Amino acid sequence: MTAELVSPLAAWTSRLPSTVSERPFLSQLTVRSSDTAAMGSVLGVAFPSRPCTFTEGSGRFGDVSVLWLGPDEYLVVAEPGLQVPIEEGLRACKGSVVDTSAQRTTLVLEGPHVRDVLAHGCSVDLHPAAAPVGTCVQTLLARTGIILQVTGADTFTLLVRSSFAEYLAAWLCDASVEYGLLGETPVTGRPQGHR
Amino acid sequence: MQLIPCPWCGPREEAEFHYGGQAHVAYPSDPSALSDEEWAQYVFFRDNPSGPFAERWSHSAGCRRWFNAVRDTRTHDLLAVYRVGEPMPEVAS
Repeated sequence: MTAELVSPLAAWTSRLPSTVSERPFLSQLTVRSSDTAAMGSVLGVAFPSRPCTFTEGSGRFGDVSVLWLGPDEYLVVAEPGLQVPIEEGLRACKGSVVDTSAQRTTLVLEGPHVRDVLAHGCSVDLHPAAAPVGTCVQTLLARTGIILQVTGADTFTLLVRSSFAEYLAAWLCDASVEYGLLGETPVTGRPQGHR
Repeated sequence: MQLIPCPWCGPREEAEFHYGGQAHVAYPSDPSALSDEEWAQYVFFRDNPSGPFAERWSHSAGCRRWFNAVRDTRTHDLLAVYRVGEPMPEVAS
């Protein structure tokens, strides 16, 4: 029997700031390879050639992002449920492919105050001149390790480890208070009932 | 907070990094031939200069890659960073 999937932030759906939403269960595969051209042609998206960037494209696995994590290390992100076919598709290429979908959940942040909120706990310069669309950095946000993608003019995607997700959600709520982004429900303590 | 320039990711806060001790300490080519004293020298004894010092650092909260840095132990200034395998650059002390 397969257990029902419960996202790490299921209890937080109604409590997150209005500008934050979770995209749970995305397929994520950690790829280590020096033969990225072949992998790119399988996925239909060229792998990033410069550090701290990501690329997007569309192919036989739908919309796929490839995030630079290290000189020979990448994270392939696709829609939920595609980890097995992608892993099998990449198996023909040289390198290692590991399904890490359960390791992280994804948060999408948007709105005019998104840089202000992130600046409360992230030291990376996120000004559009320093971090244009297409930037992908691994850093600390409020002492939590994150992968941060600049996906639009005022849109950011955060990948955070599942076990840190609730802490980060609480921190985001707190950092968003002064911008009036929280709903009427005060955030007091940890939500109960879902875990 | 001090910024450390990762050779891959650029300048990041010191808190993202992990210190790895003196760089360029070569593993003995024939460890079994070493006397106890020579082995202790390899394992435990490190330079402690006042001035430029080549060290290993890891960008543990970022790209998780090891690299080398020349740090002035008097001022904590990072004089140069370079990737593993690259020779130590000349620095003015």
